[in-house]
Amino acid sequence: MAVAPPPTRRRKRRMDKVVEVVNIPLNWLEERSGIVGGVKYFLFRRVPRDTNWFHTLGSATLTAFLVQAGTGVILAFYYQPTPDEAYESIRHITHDVTLGWLVRGMHRWGASVFIILLFLHMGRVFLFGAYKYPRELNWIVGVLILPLALLMGFTGYLLPWDQTAYWATVVGINLNGTGPLVGPLLAQFLRGGDEIGAETLTRFYALHMLLLPGALFALIGLHLYLVVRLGVSSPPWSDEAAGRERPEPEPSGDGGLVRPRARVPGRPRGE
Amino acid sequence: MIVVGVIITLIFAFLWARDVMSPRRKRAAEPEPEPGHPAVAEAEPERYDRNAFLELTTLGLGGVITAVVALPVIGFAVLPAFTRQEYEGVDLGPLDNFPENEWREATFLLEPSAGEVSRRTVFVRSNGDVDGVPNMTIISNRCVHLGCPVQAGGPREDQDAETFQAGDAEVRLTPVQPANFSCPCHGGAYDTEGNRIAGPPVRALDRWTFAIEGGNLTLVAPYSVGEVEGEGANAQIEAYQLQGPGEHVDGLSAFLYPIQAQDFE
Repeated sequence: MAVAPPPTRRRKRRMDKVVEVVNIPLNWLEERSGIVGGVKYFLFRRVPRDTNWFHTLGSATLTAFLVQAGTGVILAFYYQPTPDEAYESIRHITHDVTLGWLVRGMHRWGASVFIILLFLHMGRVFLFGAYKYPRELNWIVGVLILPLALLMGFTGYLLPWDQTAYWATVVGINLNGTGPLVGPLLAQFLRGGDEIGAETLTRFYALHMLLLPGALFALIGLHLYLVVRLGVSSPPWSDEAAGRERPEPEPSGDGGLVRPRARVPGRPRGE
Repeated sequence: MIVVGVIITLIFAFLWARDVMSPRRKRAAEPEPEPGHPAVAEAEPERYDRNAFLELTTLGLGGVITAVVALPVIGFAVLPAFTRQEYEGVDLGPLDNFPENEWREATFLLEPSAGEVSRRTVFVRSNGDVDGVPNMTIISNRCVHLGCPVQAGGPREDQDAETFQAGDAEVRLTPVQPANFSCPCHGGAYDTEGNRIAGPPVRALDRWTFAIEGGNLTLVAPYSVGEVEGEGANAQIEAYQLQGPGEHVDGLSAFLYPIQAQDFE
């Protein structure tokens, strides 16, 4: 293995120049917003050394959600939520628009991926006992995210406005209608009247495009805030003592973001 | 099932309450105040009457402004869905199209301006004249389990189907010879009077009231049916206001659905 030659003084000086140039805008931003320190806090927070692949399910779910958000916005460029146009516009997206089949396919299959990952992530948290003190509130936020995600699936399923979509939604809404006491009112609200029609399609579109994504973004933001604040839990078989003291946050400023902080020799990593 | 759930809930509620109130826990929850940290940390800042007044005014005005903006928006979001549906009446064409004791499957547009999405289907059988007045059995094809379309179980003569213009919309009549009606979704089955004979439905199929206008059969409005006794012209129909699929109209279970959307004007 080739050993890197020790940096010459000239190279070192050039490197210092680069670091300085990068740091000027970062420092400007940091002084006015504190955002650089925030990002550093997020990126260099401590994580248990014995996390494993199951801990990535949360980020995987987040990625699936962001894919849905991105592809959904682009699909909305072409989709028309009226009974006469909806099916035709989906056909147009799939067959005429460049790469439309791909983006629609990503959104369609990504929806299932999102739900599957959501359940796997929930199962991981449950089986690892990661919902326990002090993370109960984050479990509760997750429990609120779950039905919203399922509602995204329910409202999105109607939008292609084909026979499957129509009858699945008829059955889905009427299922809601069989709930005691509030069921009929809920079904009436979802239909936008006595009969499924144009009003149903537009309100499912608005729920799917505006209300539910907004609520999901807010709750996922809260979820992530709590993850960062409370830290990642060790797996149940971990030998590390629980409840280690939290390290002092990185001081804001130019240290640590563009080049790693000098490590004290002899000190193990992460201590 | 529910009883078991309630019992489990009560047992754990009791255990939790006992745990919370146990003296051991109380001792752990109240640590000794650390030396050097007096219990009273800061003195409350002095408050004037004006502070309290301004606080109340801010909260009160904020509440009023929120209500003024939010209430109409919420009303706009929710109430239109609960206005009663108006049925204009649907012209199904001349009465001669419905020979006595034969079934016709009629599909029509409930609201021609809404287009294809308002297409509905009924099964019509003429029971002949009773005291000089035509008597019809008109059964909706909406399954009262979860709203899928029920099909006529029996021969269907598509080659004899006729499409004609009635009023301002198209009507299609297809002769069918149902031995029963059945639903493709979850296997609900009904006899030719619409009574449930198998599967998950909770009542009989909905029916339509009708009128004869200028010699044409006209559908007036749909209504729900608990049960039908007898057949054809002699049928005794337990009629109720139109309910959604899956909702009980009679028996104890009907108390689970006391408020109907149709009750709102």
